[in-house]
Amino acid sequence: MVSGAEELEQADYDVLVIGAGGAGLRAVVAAQEAGARVGLVCKSLLGKAHTVMAEGGIAAALAHVVPSDSWQIHFRDTMVGGKLLNNPRMAQLHAQEAPARVRELEQWGAVFDRTDDGRILQRAFGGHSNPRLAHVGDRTGLEMIRTLQDRVVAGGVDVHMECCVTHLVTGSAGVTGAVGYRRQTGRPIAFGAKAIVLATGGVGKAYEITSNSWEYSGDGQALAYEAGADLIDMEFVQFHPTGMVWPPGVRGLLVTEAVRGEGGILRNAAGERFMWKYLPEDRRNEYAATDEEAARWVTALSASRETDARRPPELSTRDNVSRAIYTEVREGRGSPHGGVFLDISYLPPDHVRRKLPSMYEQFKELADVDITKGPMEVGPTTHYVMGGIRVDADSGATTVPGLFAAGEVAGGMHGANRLGGNSLSDLLVFGARTGAGAAAHAASLAGQPYMNPVQVQAAVRDLDGPLERTSGEDPYALQRDLQATMQSLVGIFRVEADLDEAIRRLAELRTRWSTVRVDGGRVYNPGWNLVFELRNLLVVSEAIARSARQREESRGAHSRIDFPATDDATWGGRNSVIARRTDGTMGVSTTALPAMDDELRGLVGVAH
Amino acid sequence: MADAHLRVFRGSPGETGRYDEFDVPVEEGMVVLDAVHWIQGHAAPDLAVRWNCKAAKCGSCSAEVDGRPSLMCKTRLSDYDLEEPITVEPMRSFPLIRDLVTDVSWNYEVNRTIEPFSPPDTPVEEWRWKQQDIERVQEYRKCIECFLCQDVCHVLRNHETGRPFLGPRYMVRVAGLELHPADRADRREYLKEDAGIGYCNITKCCTEVCPEHIKITDNAIIPLKERVADAYYDPLQWAWRKLTGRRRGSAAGVELPVLPTEGPSSADPPAGAGA
Repeated sequence: MVSGAEELEQADYDVLVIGAGGAGLRAVVAAQEAGARVGLVCKSLLGKAHTVMAEGGIAAALAHVVPSDSWQIHFRDTMVGGKLLNNPRMAQLHAQEAPARVRELEQWGAVFDRTDDGRILQRAFGGHSNPRLAHVGDRTGLEMIRTLQDRVVAGGVDVHMECCVTHLVTGSAGVTGAVGYRRQTGRPIAFGAKAIVLATGGVGKAYEITSNSWEYSGDGQALAYEAGADLIDMEFVQFHPTGMVWPPGVRGLLVTEAVRGEGGILRNAAGERFMWKYLPEDRRNEYAATDEEAARWVTALSASRETDARRPPELSTRDNVSRAIYTEVREGRGSPHGGVFLDISYLPPDHVRRKLPSMYEQFKELADVDITKGPMEVGPTTHYVMGGIRVDADSGATTVPGLFAAGEVAGGMHGANRLGGNSLSDLLVFGARTGAGAAAHAASLAGQPYMNPVQVQAAVRDLDGPLERTSGEDPYALQRDLQATMQSLVGIFRVEADLDEAIRRLAELRTRWSTVRVDGGRVYNPGWNLVFELRNLLVVSEAIARSARQREESRGAHSRIDFPATDDATWGGRNSVIARRTDGTMGVSTTALPAMDDELRGLVGVAH
Repeated sequence: MADAHLRVFRGSPGETGRYDEFDVPVEEGMVVLDAVHWIQGHAAPDLAVRWNCKAAKCGSCSAEVDGRPSLMCKTRLSDYDLEEPITVEPMRSFPLIRDLVTDVSWNYEVNRTIEPFSPPDTPVEEWRWKQQDIERVQEYRKCIECFLCQDVCHVLRNHETGRPFLGPRYMVRVAGLELHPADRADRREYLKEDAGIGYCNITKCCTEVCPEHIKITDNAIIPLKERVADAYYDPLQWAWRKLTGRRRGSAAGVELPVLPTEGPSSADPPAGAGA
């Protein structure tokens, strides 16, 4: 068995980026441009990160389709969609810088779909006032990750593929390195770094039904929490309204919002277009009033024309559409396999295949459904976490010196609910800022920071634990119990008794985790890999449950059956905070949201 | 519903591979990757498999199912006679790591030899392309890098030439650069001299296995071969090349490596996988 510091592989960098999705890759480019020696670590092969699955597009106020679009309107949409719980500085930087970041991708070789006059085409999406998403059919994430990957490869960065980071090493001055192992050999590796960028994505694997891959195990959130960083807004987990519900093997698989963006209509088993019933009263005037007006909007969009028709009710925000679908199903108006119907088949088949090629394939190949001929069956699926590591908006710095975070793993940008399309732009804007921030921090340090060998050796020994035990539980059984707990007790609708029960069960699961055992050695052993991911999932699951228990109101993606109203007086402008107490237990509290200046307040129409 | 019987290749380099058999309960719509996950979760927690999206978007779960290079996530069990065992094996053209996982790092090395996208100086805000003019390039850019085309390519699979050959995936990538409306580089010499484009004799096996339905041979390889032919056999272009002189090595400054020969067949040769 490989163990002990004398055999330990070590690599030293100015900036170590953990995670090779959009945020990580963009951070690498920025850090390298700033002159840093950069290392990139990712759990999978390069180009396979979760970004590759993003379908709909990148939100940016390029104003190619609607010339009056602007960063100010994008900012307002983002804040309104986030129920004013977004870090306003992040939402501002995001709206202002997204257009330049998108054009930069084109400068690096991306090929977006075009308008009639040859510019980047933009599509409509839920919660966006104007068609705003730069896209390539419904495979935008692939285009983005491949473009960034090519840029990183051309830059000659060290890429450690199929390498899992399990521990951060800290010293008196903050973070100094990381320890993990190479999946292909099972051998441990230590990274010395002046700055570390966490870009590890989300937490979806805490739930049974999710659009997320095995990689989404809350690694960055848990590593940062253990290192002493704050997590904020962890109660806000986005349940995407449209996942596949049938066949069982693909349950939860994402059905892009672009289906609704291109005109898809939601109906219940009785054929009723139910979204009319669920539009929030204060936003109703932003949506079409009749089927006829919605149809006019779709016709204009298909012809890339401007129109005075307002958008269809299906383009309400994701939190709202998810609750609507859940309610329809619960009240007995669902489809045969427990979802609702999403229909785009009333548009010409060629148009549907051109605009939604991968959806066409996905349903044809996996569900025997031709979406140009009939409706899809869809239902909510765990998709994204709005909460995450608390960061400085401008630099991506966490509350731990030397530790930075960008993308889904960071909190604040999306508030209580993320708008579709704002994730890919988030990755670009804050990936770039965080890479630069980390490089600047690294440049301010004289030499390579001291890596405490006691911590390194303890981390390496931790890796051996589950392989050395001669008895204990199978990690897959533990994972199933964790997912069942979160799915049934911390889902779309929450209530105090359930959340208390979830916290109790999570404590039991933590105890069971400490005796988990695996066979089969260290080489590419998925069971062994799962052990450390479960440790991280248990941290983020507890953070989600405790934050949800604390917030006694409903806002955005957080819906409390026992507190159905939004309580601005108590909870408006307050973020939940999760931090590790000195005794090792998880502390939960709140802090005030950073203040908006007068210009931003004016944009969102807030008086105070 | 009945069980499916899976024969799964297990093994590591340097040991004799074996086939473990598993009976997996079948649900409607189940794919081979679901069955492999069931085995991991209930019978063999250490069964090595590479996967990510489970939606045919990432190209990670490439394997050979009853000898056919496939993405396990889109290979439906219902397409097979469940009375017979279904054999699942790693891609044969790449060195084995463990079980169903192979070392595909060679592909990433090949990629580094390709001269990157080289845009013009005009500001990106001024670029204007018609949709119909970019559709071909968008077809190339659909590639999810599953490497099934590399796996099935007989030049690579049988190591016929012993010479560097970039393989179909990277001809698609080069085509995506060469036909990109804003690219200014010329990779024809690289294709002929460094990347071995001449070794492809257009048997179209790559096109047949592409899960993205990219017409690799017709739309990428043949147009590139024509471009190379134009450059080398057109007298005017030949004279121009003589005048301007050939640069040595790829413009990316990295030499294209030969695919290692240590495939999974170094363990017990998988049966039923007709080469």
